[in-house]
Amino acid sequence: MFEYKSYDVAVIGAGHAGIEAALAAARLGCRTAVFTLTLDAIGNMPCNPSIGGTGKGHLVMELDALGGEMGKAADATMLQSRMLNLAKGPAVHSLRVQSDRRAYHRYMKSALEAEPNLDIFQDEVIGIDVENGAVTAVRTSLGGVFPCRTAVICTGTYLGGKIFVGDAVRRSGPDGVVPADRLTQCLVDLGLPIRRFKTGTPARVHSRSIDYSVLERQDGDSEIVPFCFDNDKPLENTRCCWIAYTNEETHEVIRRNLGRSPLYGGAIVGIGPRYCPSIEDKVVRFPDKKRHQLFIEPCGANTEEMYLQGMSSSLPLDVQYEMYRTIKGLEHVEIMRPAYAIEYDCCDPTELYATLQSKRIKGLFGAGQFNGTSGYEEAAVQGFVAGVNAAHLVLGREPFVLTRKEAYIGTLIDDLVTKGVNDPYRMMTSRCEYRLILRQDNADERMCPKGHELGLLSDSKYELFLKNHEELEKELELIKHTTLHATDEVNSMLESRGETPLSGGVSAESVLKRPNIRYTDILPFLHADGNYPSAKVQQKAEIEIKYEGYLKRQAALADKLSREDQLALDEDIDYKQITGLRLEAADKLNRIKPSSFGQAARISGVNPADLQVLSVWLAKRRRESAKEKTDDQ
Amino acid sequence: MNYGTSVIAAISTPAGKGGIGIVRMSGDGALAVAGRVFRAKNGKDPSTMKGYTAAFGTVHKTSGELIDQCILLCFRAPKSYTGEDVAEIQCHGGEAVIQEVLRAVLDSGAEPADRGEFTRRAFLNGRISLTEAEAVMAIVNAASAQGERAAASQAEGSLARRTVEFRDRILAVQTQIAAEIDFPEEDVDEADRGELTREVRKLSEDVSGLIRGYDAGQKMLRGIPAAIVGSPNVGKSTILNLVSGYEKAIVSPEAGTTRDIIEEQVSLGGITLMLADTAGIREQASGDVERIGIDRARERLLRSSLILAVFDVSRPLEEDDLALIEELRGKPVLAVINKNDLPAVADTGKIKEAFPSFVEISAVDPGSLEKLEAAVAEMAGVASFDADQPLLANERQRSCAVRANDALREAADSLEKGYTLDVCYALLDEALSVLYELSGENASEEVIDAVFRDFCVGK
Repeated sequence: MFEYKSYDVAVIGAGHAGIEAALAAARLGCRTAVFTLTLDAIGNMPCNPSIGGTGKGHLVMELDALGGEMGKAADATMLQSRMLNLAKGPAVHSLRVQSDRRAYHRYMKSALEAEPNLDIFQDEVIGIDVENGAVTAVRTSLGGVFPCRTAVICTGTYLGGKIFVGDAVRRSGPDGVVPADRLTQCLVDLGLPIRRFKTGTPARVHSRSIDYSVLERQDGDSEIVPFCFDNDKPLENTRCCWIAYTNEETHEVIRRNLGRSPLYGGAIVGIGPRYCPSIEDKVVRFPDKKRHQLFIEPCGANTEEMYLQGMSSSLPLDVQYEMYRTIKGLEHVEIMRPAYAIEYDCCDPTELYATLQSKRIKGLFGAGQFNGTSGYEEAAVQGFVAGVNAAHLVLGREPFVLTRKEAYIGTLIDDLVTKGVNDPYRMMTSRCEYRLILRQDNADERMCPKGHELGLLSDSKYELFLKNHEELEKELELIKHTTLHATDEVNSMLESRGETPLSGGVSAESVLKRPNIRYTDILPFLHADGNYPSAKVQQKAEIEIKYEGYLKRQAALADKLSREDQLALDEDIDYKQITGLRLEAADKLNRIKPSSFGQAARISGVNPADLQVLSVWLAKRRRESAKEKTDDQ
Repeated sequence: MNYGTSVIAAISTPAGKGGIGIVRMSGDGALAVAGRVFRAKNGKDPSTMKGYTAAFGTVHKTSGELIDQCILLCFRAPKSYTGEDVAEIQCHGGEAVIQEVLRAVLDSGAEPADRGEFTRRAFLNGRISLTEAEAVMAIVNAASAQGERAAASQAEGSLARRTVEFRDRILAVQTQIAAEIDFPEEDVDEADRGELTREVRKLSEDVSGLIRGYDAGQKMLRGIPAAIVGSPNVGKSTILNLVSGYEKAIVSPEAGTTRDIIEEQVSLGGITLMLADTAGIREQASGDVERIGIDRARERLLRSSLILAVFDVSRPLEEDDLALIEELRGKPVLAVINKNDLPAVADTGKIKEAFPSFVEISAVDPGSLEKLEAAVAEMAGVASFDADQPLLANERQRSCAVRANDALREAADSLEKGYTLDVCYALLDEALSVLYELSGENASEEVIDAVFRDFCVGK
């Protein structure tokens, strides 16, 4: 009998989650295999051709500082870059780029191919073997049985994928790729609660059929910030985007044809994401809105395909033509890939620990859409965390968990495993209570030490971080200890900024704290020699000083809560046995199995009185076990 | 739970009137907190005190204002009830005084203790047995059942409605900001900065109205420490009898009859006063007993929120009266110009100049009571108190309201100072979570839910 190669980590799927999981595991020294339905869909962008956005830019930068791949690929394949929310404050600055989706795919495929410990294999995984509650092998559709110690499910929308265009329904993954139809039954048999979610995408249309002369043009930023802080290659915007609007006629077409929408006809049972409504949803839910905005985005440097962001739909093909052609500038539009809705299987993420390992099956991990999220960036960070933890399980290392006060990644995963999801989950800055201290600009400060400790951040990148860090510390020291005097230069600068001039010596710090003063205004007085720190250090120092009071206030709140997060709860607690806990709370606690008191406090349905009971019970148990130990001696 | 890391405080004597009132603090830094409100007569810092020792001194508000004389008891971990550092401030009873001491302690860094929390800490630190702990558990359970009942009744109550109103208004602002920030590329109309600032400022003011209402309510419920003073025989005791409705103090025409402090809980037009009838303040006291009475009168004056200074209009102002006017100038005084049924002789201009609040009555005329009531209500700052307004029920709720107000005020300030929206957003988050704490609910995804309900966003 043929003996298939055995692996430490088997990754099922090579999308954005699978890539990061496979790379992280392989780079940690684990023998890793990644299984994909087709090598041509590695790192595919079946929806919007872009990386980043609000909250998502934070995820990518954190991932980059931990040693992930997404930021590098996004920098290398970007067509246009914009920093969103520049006027709304440093905490919510969010980087978003348009990507060349084929270039991104090639970049990621090469990255996987270049990894020595990593095998890439084109086949559908149809089963996961489990013995004594632990993963032992994965089985493929071609009869392969690959022994493995851990498996990471990163099946995206392929798992049980079903596509809807009006009443045309077929089993399919995105972009014409076959679905993975057989794994679900195995997961159900293993006891995982499987549910059905839905998402959708707009049409890709031919560029030459668009009349750009009547559209608003949207250009990229003149100064481009990369996702990777160590990226010193000059970046350039090579393409632009366009803005168009629907009108009453568009809405009329949609309303007239609602009965033919599988979404409204009842054919789709999956739950769709609120943040990504189809155009028919928007028209139905906001009948008073006269127009809806759409962005027309390039799909790549060497393609005429244009993506109609904001116009996702599951309406029949003829209605799609009619609907899109009511839009000014799209009167003669030619559809290349029609819009569709897609249903897929996924699991309830409260089934997972914060390591993203299953609570039922040792060695089984999940990441990305399988865990109920949506978005490439959300998938990538989970893939990374799942890959690291799969490797750590194999290597006998401590679990790798980020907390809510450390990272957007920690917030995302804590939300998933503690609160669960009702619809596909998208990261947003609103989800993050510590957003003032979890910024893009300090993602390196927050994550690089962890990435380096994991062994996934290269020495050169870590050294650059240390150098930047030291430069920042020095700059902060300097500004705190420099006194500005009432000289003509200082006062004319102040007056030109509409600030009252000085009458005596004042610290540079307090001058910078004035509303209209920017770091560049005081630079000449801090560095008389003209030897200025890097722009990045200037930006960081400005934020640290100007927002100091607010940052401290939030850090104090975060510390208060993190004390609760440090109080560990054992997995083997049966909450039903605790007298005094309300039944609802005991049920929820037994299901979620919180790893800390803080996590227990965030479970909906567990109220403050329940927590009191729990803390008394915990202390009681601690004392009893201490007593037993004494008795034993 | 952070056992023993935070300092908790509560009144540990039963509600009502007792001989002494005790405020107990427990946790790391309990003595440091005590040190912020307590001034020892011997000048010693409480954090240097040894366990099982006591010090005599005075307890003060954070503003420095004197509340009362007191004794501070110090217990050192682990030899205390809770097993942590414990400080107890024992002062003269009286709900109003003890509440003020608690307030000062909470303002100085302690957190209000949850029900049974001292006992819980005692158990956690091994100071009480398992059986006792289980008894606590039963209490906690009972408290939660009770809490649910209370919440159910409160849900119909005006406080709950008001809290929900504040929460909804914060949510509305949050939703607007969240939509702008999380969906910057979509055609979400940006809120007008000025309007936003005004609404946040208004929220802060409204929440502080809730706090003022509570403080006024406390005054209504517990009684305002008040004193009645005046030169001998100007009719203080007659006035006290007028308001209390029966003869309590010895009323005699001979000067110096009232030798001791009589504290009487009197209700004046719905306002409760803890009214002390003090000895007539005279430079030449006739005996030791009277001198003690005079000292006590002065001390009692110090901690009165309302002083009724009585003058006799039927005779010229004497040296005593003039001295009294000078002594009381700037204090919360209502000048009671008595005996206006007799021919006016005294120079009332002097009195009115020193005390903007005055009332002219004749204590022997029952109709004077109404005049006095109106004047006292005005002075007590509860004239505008509306009994139908929602009331915070306890110090814990007040503490939540104070924190919410602080965050809201900072949020409005940040907008006014020109800080970016992310700062205001974070502070509103904080205010919102405190309001959830106030109502005992779990915050979940309200803001996000509201964004999707109210805005057509998402691609």
